[in-house]
Amino acid sequence: MTDMATAFPRGRDWMIGPGAVQRAAMLLALLISAGLGLSGPVAQPGLTVIALLLAAGLLSLALDGAERVAKPPWVVAVLLIAIFACLAGAAWQLAFGQTGDEGAGFWSAVIATWLGAWMFVARLSEMTPRAKWAQRLVGLLSPLIFGATLLWLWEAVVRGGDVPPVILPAPTVIAERFAANGATLWGDFVQTFVKGALSGFAIGVAAALVFAVLVDRSPFLRRGLLPVGNFVAALPIVGTAPIMVMWFGFDWESKAAVVVAMVFFPMLVNSVQGLASASAMQRDLMHTYSASYWQSLAKLRLPAAMPFIFNGLKICSTLALIGAIVAEFFGSPTRGMGFRISTEVGRLQLGMVWAEITVAAIAGSAFYGVWAALEKWVTFWHPSQRGR
Amino acid sequence: MSEQTVIEARDLGLTFETNSGPIHALKDVNLTIEKGDFVSFIGPSGCGKTTFLRVVADLEQPTAGEITVNGMTPAQAREARAYGYVFQAAGLYPWRNIERNVKLPLEIMKMDRAEQDRRVSEVLELVDLKGFEKSFPWQLSGGMQQRASIARALAFDADLLLMDEPFGALDEIVRDHLNEQLIALWKRTGKTIGFVTHSIPEAVYLSTRIVVMSPRPGRITDIIESPLPAERPLDIRDSREFIEVAHRVREGLREGMSDVA
Amino acid sequence: MRSVVPVLTVVAVILVLWYAAVIPMNAQWAYDQAARAEVDLSFSDLVAQTMSADRPRLPAPHQVVVELWNSTVMEELTGRFGLVETGTLSNRSLIYHGWVTLSATLVGFGIGTALGILLAVGIVHNRAMDRSVMPWAIASQTIPILAIAPMIIVVLNAVGITGLIPKAIISAYLSFFPVVVGMVSGLRAPDAMQLDLMHTYNANRWEIFAKLRWPSSVPFLFASLKVGIAASLIGAIVGELPTGAVAGLGARLLSGSYYGQTIQIWSALFAAAILAAGMVALIGLAQRITLKRMGMMQ
Repeated sequence: MTDMATAFPRGRDWMIGPGAVQRAAMLLALLISAGLGLSGPVAQPGLTVIALLLAAGLLSLALDGAERVAKPPWVVAVLLIAIFACLAGAAWQLAFGQTGDEGAGFWSAVIATWLGAWMFVARLSEMTPRAKWAQRLVGLLSPLIFGATLLWLWEAVVRGGDVPPVILPAPTVIAERFAANGATLWGDFVQTFVKGALSGFAIGVAAALVFAVLVDRSPFLRRGLLPVGNFVAALPIVGTAPIMVMWFGFDWESKAAVVVAMVFFPMLVNSVQGLASASAMQRDLMHTYSASYWQSLAKLRLPAAMPFIFNGLKICSTLALIGAIVAEFFGSPTRGMGFRISTEVGRLQLGMVWAEITVAAIAGSAFYGVWAALEKWVTFWHPSQRGR
Repeated sequence: MSEQTVIEARDLGLTFETNSGPIHALKDVNLTIEKGDFVSFIGPSGCGKTTFLRVVADLEQPTAGEITVNGMTPAQAREARAYGYVFQAAGLYPWRNIERNVKLPLEIMKMDRAEQDRRVSEVLELVDLKGFEKSFPWQLSGGMQQRASIARALAFDADLLLMDEPFGALDEIVRDHLNEQLIALWKRTGKTIGFVTHSIPEAVYLSTRIVVMSPRPGRITDIIESPLPAERPLDIRDSREFIEVAHRVREGLREGMSDVA
Repeated sequence: MRSVVPVLTVVAVILVLWYAAVIPMNAQWAYDQAARAEVDLSFSDLVAQTMSADRPRLPAPHQVVVELWNSTVMEELTGRFGLVETGTLSNRSLIYHGWVTLSATLVGFGIGTALGILLAVGIVHNRAMDRSVMPWAIASQTIPILAIAPMIIVVLNAVGITGLIPKAIISAYLSFFPVVVGMVSGLRAPDAMQLDLMHTYNANRWEIFAKLRWPSSVPFLFASLKVGIAASLIGAIVGELPTGAVAGLGARLLSGSYYGQTIQIWSALFAAAILAAGMVALIGLAQRITLKRMGMMQ
């Protein structure tokens, strides 16, 4: 992120100010919406929606003015919050205040709200507050608002367009399913993540690490294994799932076996490269101390390998969950995330499928997050971690 | 060979076999270094000055002749931890702070904890890095990093210090400063120092003896005993003696080159 | 080149281990066979039988190779439904199933890559997109997207879209994110000095993109293409599972596991591996040629 300043050169490109295009388009869509709303017969966006959107547009003009004459930050903050409140109010009305017969005016208002949210994010992204906490807040708000806008659009489109739930259930329906089936989801999570993915991950990673240390003793083996390992890492190993089911049965053991097969080679390749990454000079230094093999392993090569090892762990943490879920598509007991997804898809209960996918997404990113946090703690010295 | 002899090389040779034929990195090198000497090795790249130091340190194996370090083979000397080695780059471990970097050789030599702490604070004092114990290498300037690496080489108190262009990557101002400190350190500790450089003023300023080398094959062309006094302030470099020695070194280097060209 | 001998050694060791594993894995079956026929089994008989079982728990490497040969070249040349007899690919041949999977993979990969590059260009040039979309693009790499594959297939089937397109969509989705993340770092690869140089020439955004950012991103592009194509293939294979084993390598895997046809599973798996390796190798070749032309490689 170091070249941020030069990556976004200010100059003639930015003469019109951030979000101005979006605002113009938003007001145009609003105009159309209002026009259709006045002339159209049924179920057009209510007056509140139009008023709120108009207010958001006008407030953003006021924000331009406030920034031009460099008003104090709290004025800018209040204006931003007000714009956000207007947009959120309009969005809420559009998603949940529907009458069931939405027409062109409604969709035009949806588009206006979308453009308004975009304008808001664009304004926010251009802000460069001086305080550290405020910078962090802005960095957090932009993606959150973007995500929320996507969710809202999903909800509004599904409700407004009467999308059948067997094609795409609304987020609120998914959330309701999620809340109502806590016990089932937890059982599936334990079966697939804790028993299948986690045990397979632990075995595969540990085996790869031990093997890497052994391989590291022989340059011949290393030269031979690295290309083979890289090759195998690119293969569709998930395909071994039917074989593993045949060997280890339907329960979690076969899933763990698939995960072991999936994570072993990426982990091995990364660890071997890591162990070989200490520079010749640092090895010479160890030699001048007449350090033993284990001393140089513990004090030099393992610490130097840590960035590579963590890279492998992060890659494997995603592979593990994918392997455990997909392996269940080939046969499983009557629980597990993959099992639930494939059977509920068959019964067209998509709300439950999406709830299960939500669990998978949370589990996946949390598992990855754990390794990323550990990495930051262990390899604080590495240039890629120091900048932040 | 007297009691005082630290390094003794007799007809030393080292030939690398490469795809484009053999390379004579060292040929017929004869040299005796006495205890307390500060010996500089100077010459153009490829003259074998670094290779010689690496042979002394048992990082390369000679293919001809003999060499002893403290009367032992280089391998035995290494196992007896007879020397400290300073590389071109500081080569500190980024995951250890300065204190623990200096401790590294002591940990490997399995010294007890109290002794480790005592020595670390002693050598950090010596290289003027007190107060930076808890800093990480990447938080320090290049000159400070190199001083820490010298402290690391001094930590286990070997009588012989081998330095391979330790200040080559630093700017001239920092370099002058470190040269001054190195002289002071050498006088205070009475160590024997082998010092590789390609800077004539640096070699003349620091050394009691200057070994001039030339390439293809790598060999010694001249050994100059420095007439400079032990007390050497920086401005000694403007004195007549200094300029004469520097001139002789330059002549030696030129002669070595003309053989080849 | 100097890696050839070590690599061959490692491969040989793997093959030897494989053969060694075949005997204990299939021994039980051979003993049962012998007990039923009430004959004593000598060790050489045991080895011979375990290496040639019909439905072995672990087929020997040569059995897989023979099956691969039979279900590709032999099937098309001599089979009743083969290319020679009928003029169309046999639905029993791996060439047919491989092509079904490959075509979906390639279509999806093409779409995913194109969209990924577009989004990356947008992210690099628009701060709002960088701030709002990029965190999600990175986060999406950590979640098992493959889990939604069955749903996409079934839902698209329900609205009447079948065949190649649903699988291609999954493939596109899987190759999209690696390309976005790789290309964003590629387009950002030029350092401040190089950007400043362009600035001194008064270059506009388009010129900076065409003369600096795009060329610098090419090595990154190829790296993410290799990741993307492997992901695309997996997506297409998994996309073939929920439709009930109609066609494609995924279908072969699934039907093999239904009927206990282990040799069929292994040959389908190897066909998939050969496809993956072939495509990665092709991209590697394109990378070598391109980088050589651009003078980025010696």
